[in-house]
Amino acid sequence: MEIVPYVLLSLGAVFCAYKAVRSPRLLASALYLAVVSALVSVMLFLLGATEVAVIELSVGAGLVTVLLVYALSMVGEDTQDPPSYIPKPLAFVLVVVAAGLVGWMTLPMLPLPQATRDLLLVDVLWKQRALDVWIQIALIFSGVLGILGLLTESQTVTEDEIEPEALEPVSAVIAHQEAGWRKAEAASEAEVRS
Amino acid sequence: MTLFNVLIVTVACLLGVGLYGLLITRNLIKIVVVLQLLVKSVVLAFVVAGKVSGHPGIGESVAATIIVADTIVAVVALALAVQVRIRFGTLDIPKISSLRG
Repeated sequence: MEIVPYVLLSLGAVFCAYKAVRSPRLLASALYLAVVSALVSVMLFLLGATEVAVIELSVGAGLVTVLLVYALSMVGEDTQDPPSYIPKPLAFVLVVVAAGLVGWMTLPMLPLPQATRDLLLVDVLWKQRALDVWIQIALIFSGVLGILGLLTESQTVTEDEIEPEALEPVSAVIAHQEAGWRKAEAASEAEVRS
Repeated sequence: MTLFNVLIVTVACLLGVGLYGLLITRNLIKIVVVLQLLVKSVVLAFVVAGKVSGHPGIGESVAATIIVADTIVAVVALALAVQVRIRFGTLDIPKISSLRG
């Protein structure tokens, strides 16, 4: 009876993952992905990996979904998923072979021993694998810099697109005004001479 | 059927669905979604492997690192997709590659 919640969560996660792949609308795909992330984080919590579950729920279901919705709001929802070049039966057969190999090679590997919680995540992460923490910090900074660079580049692109169109009418207006002034000057000179 | 079997079957199913989506998808943003699905299964696999091998801390540590790295990948990929959409007007990968001239 211990495995019943895991089975239910697994069925829900796989179903939502399939819906995320097959959904024609990108917003629905993003929301199904958030549901998959939430279900996986509940499974991680039940497995005892509470810290990873919290990170997965906040980052996977929260931040990534917000980013996807933001990108979709910039791109527009009109981008339908075109049909694939690979025939779907061939893709299905390939995937069944790959997933079957994963299960076939992993399942008979070892029976489930009693998990010994000898080292906590905090100890491992800060003492044994401190390099991982530095890599994570570097990754976060590189991500922030990349986003800043790409967003500022998009602003300059829009300005470049606007400038030539905007300058032409202004120069035309100035030329028109100058022509008017010359006419007025010529008319005043003619009056003075007469 | 033990708990380990259920979890491994879940990992294999999520991996299969993600690979299937990666094969049939041509939209750039959809590819980011499918990559996220793949990474979910990998995170679950690492935590299960750590728990099974008797060193849960190492598995959880690697899983946390994977989550951070994958989030950065998603961020940069989405920003690139937005830029591609602004410059090329499409998110379809074959059309982008044919526009290269």
